[in-house]
Amino acid sequence: MTLSDVTLSELSELAGRYPQARSALLPMLHLIQSAEGHVTNEGVEVCARILGISAAEVSGVATFYTMYKRRPMGEHHVGVCTNTLCAVMGGDLIFERLKGHLDVGNDETTEDGQVTLEHIECNAACDFAPVMTVNWEFFDNQTPESAVELVDKLRAGEMVQATRGATITSWRAAERVIAGFEDGLVDEGPTAAGASLAGLEIAKERGWAAPAYGASSGSDGTAETKEGAAEQADTSRAETETIIEESPAQTSKEDSDD
Amino acid sequence: MTDLLTPVLTADWGTDRAWTLQEYRKTGGYDALKKALAMAPADVVELVKESGLRGRGGAGFPTGMKWSFIPQDNPKPKYLVVNADESEPGTCKDIPFMMATPHTLIEGVIIAAHAINAKQAFIYVRGEVLHVIRRLRAACREAYEAGYLGQDILGSGISIDLVIHAGAGAYICGEETALLDSLEGRRGQPRLRPPFPAVEGLYASPTVINNVESIASVPSIVRGGHEWFASMGTEKSKGYVIYSLSGHVKRPGQYEAPLGITLRQLIDLGGGMREGSELKFWTPGGSSTPLLTAEHLDMPLDYESVGAAGSMLGTRALQIFDQTTSVVRCVLRWTEFYKHESCGKCTPCREGTWWLVQTLQRLDAGQGREGDIELLVDLCENILGRSFCALGDGATSPITSAIKHFREEFEAGMHTPSSELFPPAASTLFGQEVTA
Repeated sequence: MTLSDVTLSELSELAGRYPQARSALLPMLHLIQSAEGHVTNEGVEVCARILGISAAEVSGVATFYTMYKRRPMGEHHVGVCTNTLCAVMGGDLIFERLKGHLDVGNDETTEDGQVTLEHIECNAACDFAPVMTVNWEFFDNQTPESAVELVDKLRAGEMVQATRGATITSWRAAERVIAGFEDGLVDEGPTAAGASLAGLEIAKERGWAAPAYGASSGSDGTAETKEGAAEQADTSRAETETIIEESPAQTSKEDSDD
Repeated sequence: MTDLLTPVLTADWGTDRAWTLQEYRKTGGYDALKKALAMAPADVVELVKESGLRGRGGAGFPTGMKWSFIPQDNPKPKYLVVNADESEPGTCKDIPFMMATPHTLIEGVIIAAHAINAKQAFIYVRGEVLHVIRRLRAACREAYEAGYLGQDILGSGISIDLVIHAGAGAYICGEETALLDSLEGRRGQPRLRPPFPAVEGLYASPTVINNVESIASVPSIVRGGHEWFASMGTEKSKGYVIYSLSGHVKRPGQYEAPLGITLRQLIDLGGGMREGSELKFWTPGGSSTPLLTAEHLDMPLDYESVGAAGSMLGTRALQIFDQTTSVVRCVLRWTEFYKHESCGKCTPCREGTWWLVQTLQRLDAGQGREGDIELLVDLCENILGRSFCALGDGATSPITSAIKHFREEFEAGMHTPSSELFPPAASTLFGQEVTA
């Protein structure tokens, strides 16, 4: 496959969005995946040429991040969270069931080319455990049965809607949005749903709210010095780094991880 | 006395189309920006300092102080980078926040950039959240169209640009210096400090990196004032935060409350543990914060109290596990995560997490060897404080805390698989229905 002129100009456009072009490399690789179906050798060469760096440097980046695939992908990427909480809540059983049902292993694609199955790490939806993703859209509170139903629909080409998100398109279409191009689906799906609203709903039921703007009271216990700030930061690393920073050889100023 | 729950960031999550500029304006959206643009940058920094806002991404460093470390006499451009790479296991607040109300974050970004005199800001969002990325991109576009971003914002003479930048799947990029390398188009590996990002961050220029929730709290502080903000929370842990409850409880979800609420209060609000469940262990702030048990149910969830209990408030990712759960299985899975996500830069973390997994796999399978528990402790001692960044430190937290609280379960791993002691099906959301 050869990259189209449109893709080439879009790659250059991405490079132009940043004060330094190389910052665009991650988005550019997402766009390569969208255009080519995976990170191809040609894609690596083209990124290197546009950014004026070596193909080895681009490959080094492409192989570091798990979202970049070096083999052709299926039409849809199906992720099952098997990080601890989701695993315990049922993610492990879901993943086992799907491997059997689809007759694939981890990071493999079904014979019909429709589904690539992968166990994924925590995707920041733990209150909806067990969680699955299709093309990086959320499918909340899954069971082995609902998971089988979901992949069957995807393989049959039926329309599927994310629990909190839009109509499922394809992995390659998703990669284009991730790269930096809007697809017009932003207004699909809810503001928030289910567990996200738990606290808000309870507060509404009980008539609880934050104080109105303008109300005030209370004393001030904020740290006034860097040493005090380091004491307040709850990692020993922050303290260590403040001590390092205070050593005579150093003149720089900073703090800890946020 | 404030109410038990105080929705501010989550207040509009039940509103239809809250992600649009039109809806955001209806509740006073971008009013804080107008107020802040009329203030001198140093006054905005001072306001945030006085509010007592501390970093919501884990470490709890005072946000205003972080901003004040930017050397304003440095001739290089200043940068603001929002860490939206939410990946710490159990942490799930920023993602629903950005999906629901991305304009609150963007308003905070513009105010914070103004405060540190940055003309360019970035939101580094993890790549695996397609719809959140859609909402951020659309909100950014709307903000440009309305004149809140770009040249001469609202006629103030101030110009700020914002790029929504999606990552590509790497937990380590939540570490702020690894995030900077990633944002520069490199492998996400942490940098040696000093120099600190405030002096040499993105493109070796002065840079502030803040968590989503920290920046999103800023518009409310500008609107309400520092005393309003400090009227919530405790003496040293001021303001409101989002607590994320997950696992074996009746009502998992996001609960926004003043700092200092207890786990018992949060669980009770949602109707308690799930049917037949007793609390066995929990994480206060994600998997990198040492495990706690039922004895800590009444501990105020603020920076100081959780620290005093030997753990960390972290991201307030409260993962709740009941008596059906094997702690060995959980610790193995978390350790496999750290092994997978270790960037490989430093030896203690790269090699250490590999050995930890080998040892834990044996114990999980009931094939532990004499001395394996001591081996785990020894490995952890050689990783903690000796690895290049906090990922290695975090990897040891679940292990050492689990051995401290549940040593007998690790001892049982010498002869009995965890799946026999704790059949996994009993822990699932869907219970027994699948085991038949």
